[in-house]
Order: sequence, then structure tokens, then C-alpha cells
Amino acid sequence: MPKHSYSGGLVAKGRVSIVVERCKACGFCVEFCPTKVLALSSAFNSKGYHPPHVVHPEKCSGCDLCGMYCPDFAIYGSRVTPVAGGKE
Amino acid sequence: MSDLVNPVEQFLRSDRMPHIWCPGCGIGTTVNCFAQALIESKVDLESLAVVSGIGCTGRVAGYVKLDSFHTTHGRAIPFATGLKLANPKLNVVVYSGDGDLSAIGGNHLIHAARRNIDLKVICVNNLIYAMTGGQTAPTTPDHAITSTNPYGVFEPSFNLPHLVEAAGAVYVARWTTFHVRQLARSISEAFKKKGFSFIEVISPCPTLYQRRNKLGDGLDTMKYYKEKSKTRHGAPTSEVGLTMTGEIIVGKFVDRDRPDYQTMMRGQMTESLGDKFAEQAEMVCS
Amino acid sequence: MKADPRGVLTGTHFMDGDHACCEGALAAGARFAAGYPITPSTEVVERFASRIPTVGGTFIQMEDELAASITLQGAVWGGAKAFTVTSGPGFSLMMEHIGYAAMTETPCVFVDVQRGGPSTGLPTLPAQADMMQARWGSHGDYEIIALCPNSPQECFDLTIKAFNLAEEFRVPVMFMMDEVVGHMTEKVVIPPADQIEVVPRKHTHKSVSEYLPYGTNGDMVPEIAHAGEGYKFHVTGLTHDERGYPNMTPQVQDKLVRRLQNKIRSAADRIALFEEEQTEGADVVVVSYGITSRVAQRAIGLARERGLRIGKLRLITAWPFPEKKIAELAACVKAFVVPELNLGQMVREVERAAAGKARTFAVSHAGGGVHKPEEILKVIVEASR
Repeated sequence: MPKHSYSGGLVAKGRVSIVVERCKACGFCVEFCPTKVLALSSAFNSKGYHPPHVVHPEKCSGCDLCGMYCPDFAIYGSRVTPVAGGKE
Repeated sequence: MSDLVNPVEQFLRSDRMPHIWCPGCGIGTTVNCFAQALIESKVDLESLAVVSGIGCTGRVAGYVKLDSFHTTHGRAIPFATGLKLANPKLNVVVYSGDGDLSAIGGNHLIHAARRNIDLKVICVNNLIYAMTGGQTAPTTPDHAITSTNPYGVFEPSFNLPHLVEAAGAVYVARWTTFHVRQLARSISEAFKKKGFSFIEVISPCPTLYQRRNKLGDGLDTMKYYKEKSKTRHGAPTSEVGLTMTGEIIVGKFVDRDRPDYQTMMRGQMTESLGDKFAEQAEMVCS
Repeated sequence: MKADPRGVLTGTHFMDGDHACCEGALAAGARFAAGYPITPSTEVVERFASRIPTVGGTFIQMEDELAASITLQGAVWGGAKAFTVTSGPGFSLMMEHIGYAAMTETPCVFVDVQRGGPSTGLPTLPAQADMMQARWGSHGDYEIIALCPNSPQECFDLTIKAFNLAEEFRVPVMFMMDEVVGHMTEKVVIPPADQIEVVPRKHTHKSVSEYLPYGTNGDMVPEIAHAGEGYKFHVTGLTHDERGYPNMTPQVQDKLVRRLQNKIRSAADRIALFEEEQTEGADVVVVSYGITSRVAQRAIGLARERGLRIGKLRLITAWPFPEKKIAELAACVKAFVVPELNLGQMVREVERAAAGKARTFAVSHAGGGVHKPEEILKVIVEASR
């Protein structure tokens, strides 16, 4: 039995949801996303903050670290497709 | 895409969002960890109650969709004591700030720890009185500038883990708002403990503490936590004091077992009164 | 609803006021007390501490009166009927939480066994100088109910009344004893449980989705829910709307605070208890309460022996003050004589309610003892001229 490896396997797909009006542009999500999926956008919410937006959607694993860090409950990650190619 | 739901949302009073905490303040982050712990440890939400005092963290009670009580300044712990004693089946969490718990509420903090009342205390320590505009707290590190120490704090500050361990707490841990997974796990561990658990969470207060002391904003502070924190489980609490820019020792410092208040009460009453001791009837006054 | 027999010590006893107060609380269904030792009140909780483990419930001695006065409120929200007992210095420490109980409409009882003041004053000696503090001691506009027993029997009966009023109006009720009534031993008859009327908690029967923690349906007193029943309600000392949510607008403040006031004032006639005797055709009415009313009884007797037409009005409810009764009497009497163990507190209310239609004479006493009947008699005679 070959030792399991991730080299060829599919990484779980995830998606980020953003509640724009709650965001206060603290930047935690952008900083602590392990795969740098996010960046602060140049758009404004009604309070004048720059909410984050997804710049590398393909890199999101849905780990929800952005959600854990967000002090405003304005972003969260969700696993969208099941993890494929895990242990044989 | 609308079917995707924030796992934390179920615990929030969404109709009260957005909340009042400042950009980069860490209180909301601690609420995420609290929510995560509720999910992980499958706490029965029906019997969970959150009690907060006054201050920025005091507003947590108003934002969580649970039986929640926003009490008076410093008196969350005695209120929670009454709540727990009247209905021992309740899981009572005290969620408040460093000023509320260790300054005006300090007397109740040490007595509840001494009695080992079964309470889970989450103390969000932003090192200052934030709600009232950035005054010195018992936890404000030396030389910090505050609105009431404009020339620099000179009073020594409390080392909260050391204080509550000495007073008798059975579980003492400290994390920062950077340590989201560890904090969630710590809160879950506290839910499994019976007795007085105390979790200190160092949190940025960008608007008052960091700004007045030129320590950058919330994100800079989180990076400082990431860089300068050191996990030392079981570290002697006497060694975990804080300074303004120095090392931050985090981890689970104390995890011991000691009968909680009601167990001790029941034991003593049964010993003295035998079967004459009437176990507290279900509190029904209707 | 009838009293729970487990808490009722049916029988005839020879008991002091402090102990009778404790028995009244137990009979009323109190199963939680948080206290702190302070002369001359501690006997109440000492007895509760010895009785409650066999009745079923909890007593906890807290680290200070501040803690005691909020711990009991936690217990109320945990489902218990709860109270605390103190005297002047402790009563002063409890003020913020009396305000919290009024604002959050937490039904509970604060027993104040009054002693000489101010400050440490005369710990073992009587006074009645906390009467205005009982009414106005906390900050902001709020209403409370205050009862004044004048015998150990009333310490039993009126403590039950205090708990019933607290539950009916969801208000903190002040039980204004004094050291003499507290430490005086007399006969106390405790009836069988089925002869004691107890008001249950006004618990909601609404579903979780319908329930509004501070919504009222006309009678100004909201239904309550306890923690652990699935209602997920919020209670706060901040000005709050009907959902219990903080709301910092003057409109919500006006609506809330006026309701907190009107729920008591609109029922004041029903709440304001007093004992009236020979006020019909009287020239002078002696208005008194607590231990002073028993000393005044002697002075009234002496005055009547001299042919003077003297009426007696004993306040059982100090707050809300029975102003209608005073106004009514003021129209037909020459004067009121108001002996009390302070330098003039309830006399001001009598004067206010009389609105100049009758004169008001205070018989003040700085505390530490009780009046000599002759002192009161002298003023009655003077008032009758």
C-alpha cells in the first residue's frame, strides 16, 4: 500500500461569504488567511470601510480562519465540495 | 450561495448587528472562539446563561442569542453565583473585561475562586478601561499612557492568572485573540471542568490603548501577539506577568481538581443533617 | 395560591421580630437568601441558614452587602424567590442594586433592620432614619414599595405581604424594620399553610417566538421567564425596549421609566396599607409607624384621658405614601402629629399631602432609643390648642 500523499489529490474547495455592511476593515481576515485568498477592496460599505474581497478563489479551502478571526462576524468560509482523494 | 451560513450566526442576535466594538478590537474574535467551543463541546444551549458586567466586553451579553444578563459594573460574578446556586443545572458563563472583573469586581473574583463556584469566566483583557475612554486599569502595564495616567502608569499591575490561581481557581489559562483555535479549545476544556475556571484573553484596544501608546492598530497588535507570544503550558503563574511590549506567556497554566461549592455544600449538609437535608427542590415558585 | 407547607412553621411561638421575619420569608416561599452580617439584622439570616437546608434551598453569606444584593437577583432569575437582610451601612451599599432590581423588574425583598445612624452610628440601638433612603436611595427615577412592621407578628405577616407585592408588581420591596421590633420577643401565631395566601411568580405562558420579556398587555407588569427555559431572553440595566434590547433614545426612556413608575402609582391606593382608629371627628391625628406607633399609642391614650379628640393613623405602607388618606383627613382635622425616630422624614410627606389644610407637628428623635410618651403627649396637647 503506497504511503498516502497529497501530491495528486484534490484540495477541498471552499468559498468565502462576506457581510459587507458589518465589516470595519480591520484586515485580520486578509492577514491570517493561510493561502492569501483575500485583499481589502477599494469599494466602500455604507460606513466608509473597505471590505475584503476574494482575489484567489481557487486557493480557498473553506477552513473559516477568516471567520474565526473576524471581530465583526462579517466573513466566513464554507467547505463547498467534499474532500476528494483523501486516504486510499 | 445564500445557503452558506456562518457557523457563529446561530449564537448571535443578528438583529443587533453591526455591533459597537471598534475596528480591530478583539472582543468579537473571542465571541467566535466562544461560539466554536459551544459547537465543539455540544453545550446544551437551553441551559446556558451568559452574564456580563459593564464595559466593552460587558456588551457581549447583549449580542449573544442566549439567556443573557447585562449586570452592574463588577458584579457579574456575584449575579452569576446566585443564578448558578438557584438552578444548579444551568451552565453559567461570566463574560467580562479586565477592569470589570479585577478592579471594581476584584473582591468578588477572588471570593468566587476561593469558594470554587462552578462558573466559566472569560476575561477579555485589553489592559485598559476602554468603554469610558481609556483610563488606567489594574492590568495596565507600567509606563503606559492612559487618560488618567497622562504621564505614564507607575502602579504595578495585576498578573491575573497568578491572582486567580492563588485564590483557588481550578482551571486557569491565557490566550490572545491571535490564538483562535487554542482559545476555542480552552473554552471547551473549561466547559468540562466543574468549578471556577478562568480564561484570560489578551485583546487589542486600538482606539485607546494602542493608539495612545503608539503601538499601531489592531492588526499590528495581532502581529505582535503572533510574534511575541510563547506557549508554556503549566508555566508557574508567578512568571506570566505582562509588560507593554515584552513577551506574552500563553497556555493552560492550571488544571486541577477540587470539589466545587455545591458539592462541598451538599457533602457538609448530608454529613450534618443526614436524610433531614432536603436536596434543593426544583426552583419552581409558581 | 396556598403557601408551600415545607416552609411554614405552623403553631404559636414566642419569637423576636428578626426570627419572625425569617419565618415569614420561608412561608412566602423564599428558598434563597444572600446576606452579610450586620447588627441588628443578622439573626434573620442566621435562622434562615439553619432552617433552609431542611426546607430545601440555599443561603450564602457573601463577601459584602454589594455582592449579596445582586447574588439574590441572580437567584431570582434562576427561578427562586429571594431576599437579603441588612441594616443602615449595608443598606447604603445595596443602593445600586436596588436600582438594578427596579430597572430590570426583578421581584425581591430587601429587609432593613434600621439602627442609629449616620455611618456606624448606634449598631445595637433603634432608629427610623433610613425611610427616605428606602425611597430615594438609588439614582434615577424609580418606584419601590416599603412596609413597616411594628411587632414580631407583623414581621411574619408583612414579610409574606412584601414577597407577594414583589411578585405582583415585579419590584424590589423594602421591609423597614427597626432594632426594637427586630429584637423584641412577642407571641407570633403562624397559621396552617393552607390559610396563607402566596402570590406566585408572574411566569409567561407564551411561546418562545411570541414572548416579549418587557412587553406588557395593559397592566404594566410584564410576564417573566427564567434562565434555562429556552426563551433566550436578554436582561440589562441599560434602558431597554420591549424585547429587552438596549435602546438609548429618549422615547424609549420615557416609555420605560414612566411605566416603571405608573405600575406602582396607579395601584397606590390598593398597596398603601394603614391602620386607622378614631379619626372620625378627631381634632388631631397622630401619624406614626414601626416601634414609634406603640409608644404613640400610650401618648394617645393619655391625651384621650384628658378629653382630647385624638385619632391614630399607623402607616403600614410607607411607600407609596398614603397621601390620599392624609389629604382626606387634612380637610377635617386641625393638625397632624408625627413622632418618628429621625429628625423629620415621613413628616415631610404628611406635610406635603396635607397641602396646608392642616398643620403638621414633628416629634423628632435622633435615634438610639424610643420617645417617652410624655414627649409625644406634650406635642399632641400643643397641637390641640
